[in-house]
Amino acid sequence: MTDTGIGASVRRVEDQRFITGRGHYVDDITLPGQCHAVFIRSDQAHAELKSINTVQAASAPGVIAVLTGAEVAADGVGGLPCGWGITSIDGNPMVEPAWPILAQDRVRFVGDAVAVVIAETRTQALDAAELVEVSYNPLPAIIATADAVKDGVPQVWPEAANNTCFHWAIGEKEPTDKAFAEAAHVTKLQIVNQRLIPNAMEPRSAIANFEAATGDLTLYCTCQAPHAMRLLLGAFVLQQPEHKFRVVSPDVGGGFGSKIYPYAEFAVLCWASKRIGRPIKWTAVRSESFMTDAHGRDHVSEAELAMDKDGKFLGLRVDTIANLGAYLSAFGPLIPTYLYATLFAGQYTTPAIYAEVKAVFTNTTPVDAYRGAGRPEATYLLERIIEKAAGELGMDPAELRRRNFIAPDAFPYQTPVALMYDSGDYGAALDKALDISDRQGFEARREASAKDGKLRGIGFSLPIEATGAAPSAIAGQLGARAGLYESATVRFNATGSVTVISGSHSHGQGHATTFAQLVSDHLGVPLENVDVVEGDTARSAFGMGTYGSRSLSVGGSAIVKAADKIIEKGKKIAAHLLEASVGDIEFAGGNFTVAGTDKTLNIAEVAFAAYVPHNYPLPTGDPSQDENALEPGLEEQAFFDPVNFNFPFGAYVCEVEIDPETGVVEVASFTAVDDVGRIINPMIVEGQIHGGVVQGIGQALLEGSVYDDSGQLLSGSFMDYTMPRADDMPNFKTGTNETPCPMNPLGVKGCGEIGTIGATPAVINAVLNALGSVGVTDFAMPATPQRVWQAIQSARAAAE
Amino acid sequence: MYSFEYSKPASLGEAESAVSEDAILLAGGMTLIPTLKQRLASPDQLIDLSGIGDLAGISISGDTVTIGAMTTHGEVAASSDVQKAIPALAALAETIGDPAVRNRGTIGGSIANNDPAADYPAAVVGLGATVKTNKREIAGDDFFTGLFETALDEGEIVTSVSFPVPEKAGYSKFPNPASRYAIVGVFAAKTGGGARVAVTGAGPCVFRVSDMESALDGNWSPDAVAGISVPASGLNEDIHASAEYRAHLVTVMAKRAVAAS
Amino acid sequence: MSVTVSMTLNGKQVSADVEPRTLLVQYIREHIGLTGTHVGCDTSQCGACVVHVGGKSVKSCTMLAVQAEGADVTTIEGLASNGELHPMQAAFRENHGLQCGFCTPGMIMSAIDLVSRNASPSDGDVREWLEGNLCRCTGYHNIVKSIRAGAEAMKG
Repeated sequence: MTDTGIGASVRRVEDQRFITGRGHYVDDITLPGQCHAVFIRSDQAHAELKSINTVQAASAPGVIAVLTGAEVAADGVGGLPCGWGITSIDGNPMVEPAWPILAQDRVRFVGDAVAVVIAETRTQALDAAELVEVSYNPLPAIIATADAVKDGVPQVWPEAANNTCFHWAIGEKEPTDKAFAEAAHVTKLQIVNQRLIPNAMEPRSAIANFEAATGDLTLYCTCQAPHAMRLLLGAFVLQQPEHKFRVVSPDVGGGFGSKIYPYAEFAVLCWASKRIGRPIKWTAVRSESFMTDAHGRDHVSEAELAMDKDGKFLGLRVDTIANLGAYLSAFGPLIPTYLYATLFAGQYTTPAIYAEVKAVFTNTTPVDAYRGAGRPEATYLLERIIEKAAGELGMDPAELRRRNFIAPDAFPYQTPVALMYDSGDYGAALDKALDISDRQGFEARREASAKDGKLRGIGFSLPIEATGAAPSAIAGQLGARAGLYESATVRFNATGSVTVISGSHSHGQGHATTFAQLVSDHLGVPLENVDVVEGDTARSAFGMGTYGSRSLSVGGSAIVKAADKIIEKGKKIAAHLLEASVGDIEFAGGNFTVAGTDKTLNIAEVAFAAYVPHNYPLPTGDPSQDENALEPGLEEQAFFDPVNFNFPFGAYVCEVEIDPETGVVEVASFTAVDDVGRIINPMIVEGQIHGGVVQGIGQALLEGSVYDDSGQLLSGSFMDYTMPRADDMPNFKTGTNETPCPMNPLGVKGCGEIGTIGATPAVINAVLNALGSVGVTDFAMPATPQRVWQAIQSARAAAE
Repeated sequence: MYSFEYSKPASLGEAESAVSEDAILLAGGMTLIPTLKQRLASPDQLIDLSGIGDLAGISISGDTVTIGAMTTHGEVAASSDVQKAIPALAALAETIGDPAVRNRGTIGGSIANNDPAADYPAAVVGLGATVKTNKREIAGDDFFTGLFETALDEGEIVTSVSFPVPEKAGYSKFPNPASRYAIVGVFAAKTGGGARVAVTGAGPCVFRVSDMESALDGNWSPDAVAGISVPASGLNEDIHASAEYRAHLVTVMAKRAVAAS
Repeated sequence: MSVTVSMTLNGKQVSADVEPRTLLVQYIREHIGLTGTHVGCDTSQCGACVVHVGGKSVKSCTMLAVQAEGADVTTIEGLASNGELHPMQAAFRENHGLQCGFCTPGMIMSAIDLVSRNASPSDGDVREWLEGNLCRCTGYHNIVKSIRAGAEAMKG
């Protein structure tokens, strides 16, 4: 290993600009002639839109245009598309209502955009926005997930009876029912996975610029997947041809899923720019982000785990209601189905699993992927019910899990819920976690806490997830309406430096460093001579972007494939220059060498010859002599579409300390052992784990989106929605194992979400372990002080 | 923000002549500016008090700590004089907002605004302080009159707050997990005139708990207040804390405030 | 009605005509064109906008530009001198104290204010000090590590 190669904690090359204030985010861009948009949003969760009076606003100082749904309809602008179709048990397709980019006759959640004011300055637009008069006829709203399917509740869409978008199932019902009939013990659990708000620190922002003279449309936007944004907005909403539509996403200040989707505001800006002939900018204020960024989670489930007398898992049954919000966000239907219930095998050999999911519409912000996306919901359910089962059986929760592990020699392993696991050694991760967390010392620590009047608890969670969102063929069968490969171009410049162009797009993950390490290692080029380009549809061939922990395993593999092509061509060039046969050329450490000789050429020299082809096997024009002829240049492109997902896994141990007097829960220690396959940059992987774990702890202890019964978002700002802060968190103990992934040339697995997926159940299991001593047996997260205190009070009252 | 005019008088006299019905006084701005940003207030004029030199500073005289209205929370927290004379007051200032907020926010602005979840009202009442204005002196007990309401007249300007040095005092705060404002903050002081217990955050306005005060008069210890609770009715409720939980926290924080003294 | 607001920004005299309702962060980003100072919220919570006014950290989204008239203001762009990073900037890179980079300028500005008051902060000191700075990416672990390393480096 070199100090910049694979396995080295190379300091990030992109950091120089961020630490000096030279990052380049969308809101930092100012285009000549730019004007500003402010959206008028519904303050009603459900209402008929009676009228919008824009007259006064339109004549306010600086106002260029005030546009409403009427203009959208008149111009024939399409609605926002959904990228994934789900088929119900009865064979019917999901209900797919239209989502106009500005509300037409009805509003369906607080924040629904009803009009846009465009003015010379943002302040003028804000001033004028106050003059737009919107008249509503309020309708009763349905908010709560579990209530949506009940009889007699308000209906969000006439075409969706009982507010049901689809009723879907996975697994085999009969064998599962049989397992329960034969079980020695059944553990049951009702579980709520509360709604979360992503809150990337950079609010969404966009500038649309339509140039009438050329017909070119450019959209600068905060986006994790620029090509997908172009495809969806261009083809389905704007009817803007792909070759005349460029999407640029510069530095992106975090996404966590929320910046994947085509949002109404982006479409409105593009359409409005075409109407007024000027670039238009919009940046969300945080309160808009809270209302309109796609939310995450929001499930209500019932689960049952069947076991034999020794605690061997026989079957798992799950019934879930998943809230999709008022409209179908781009990947909304995928999250509570194939990203969720396919994970119910966990790390275990459970032979029979059956799950049903009802996805429902409510008068709330649409729900889509948020870090983990379905996998946290599955893992939370599974790891909670296992811990509960261990308690009921009087078994050590770690040992109960160990008893049910898929063995290291059982891979590839087909689960009963569609997935084929690639590789794993679950016991090794658990052993390491028990060791790092000093499991042995827990009882002593519990006693020490008790002496301070505190309740200490320990909790476990053994997450697994399907990452590397791909493969296209399988995704297509399951309802994807796009492919899920990744592209890469590796371009040698004439003087030997390398430009790598990827269809992935970093929004904090450090691609510029990790991808450069790959290329540096693979092609023997100094790291500082490699530059990574992302986030611009005009520069990269195509791409599906960054989400689902896919960038390294899919995007990185595409880079390595392209680099292999470079080596292949380089060998031919070197063979010519060294007057040897191609078969005798070896490539290592950046040098092409004639085997068994000291005749060698550096790859930079080969690149130079390719661009200054004076001594080069150029085509002669005589086909008989051109068998080995080469085109000039040294640039190769590759697409990578893996044959399967990859399956990182981990073992997490959390200890909490609870002040029973106030209900305050403190994370006393947190251990995360992860196996994400081969590691390219350990520093970056560890950083991803830290960040992921905090989002998981955030869900367990702090975060929750709260609506009142009328659909007003009570947790609509950082004053009310509890974001994890530095003083809420401990330092983490981390460890890694490396079980290589056989599904991609790098042997890597995703690492971006496992921390979030694994942390939440570990924390809540620890909270329940601590509270068990005062009689609390169940608990709905987040474990806020008030909720913990109330649980203790209720348990005490029940005991009396 | 709505449009407004801005002035920065150099003296109290200039400020007095600038005030009008449509003007708002600007101290540190830590509450006012966010309010303006949300368009919840629309003054014609903002009168910035930061140009009046006499309004900032900390002085100790005999058994009194006097803090100028424009003194920031950070200055109070870091003042060795305050730390020595009334450590609980310095500690309270250290819990307000975050460091950047403490660098701007002022005691005068805080008490004039009288946010029900602000910390300073607990100290003003808990210590029996005196609020001085450009017109008069107002006893701390009479200053806070209701939710965001004070005894200040229209345009009256707080100039300083004088805190008598207590024998002992402690402040214990249970912060809102999201905003970090006080869900409940209890300031307990053993003063020459008897024990004082002032509660902020729990109700619409800071209030005293006379049962606790009497108990502490006889026995200055956490145990003295452990069994005394306030009724939940009338206390604030929000998504983070019910009235019952707040009532419970009043007792817990009171114990801890006494323990911290 | 515009007023002329002048200040010393990163050691240079700057001046712009702005409405009194202009926030300091708008003045810096939109009128002067330094975009390293960010806006991440509208309730003075996130700290992405922290700059130094008179050497102290303040939230530039919660201060009017007119309030900074005549003040000495430093932003993230003003920390490096002669192409050499401030030790706190270098510490963030060395310790992977940033991911997306959006909160980073505010974090670094807050951190420097901390070290000016407490030359050797503990983990707990740092975590408490960061109450007004939100990060959604790093989980704070490496930010704390960065700031402690930066504090050591600032001792020179």
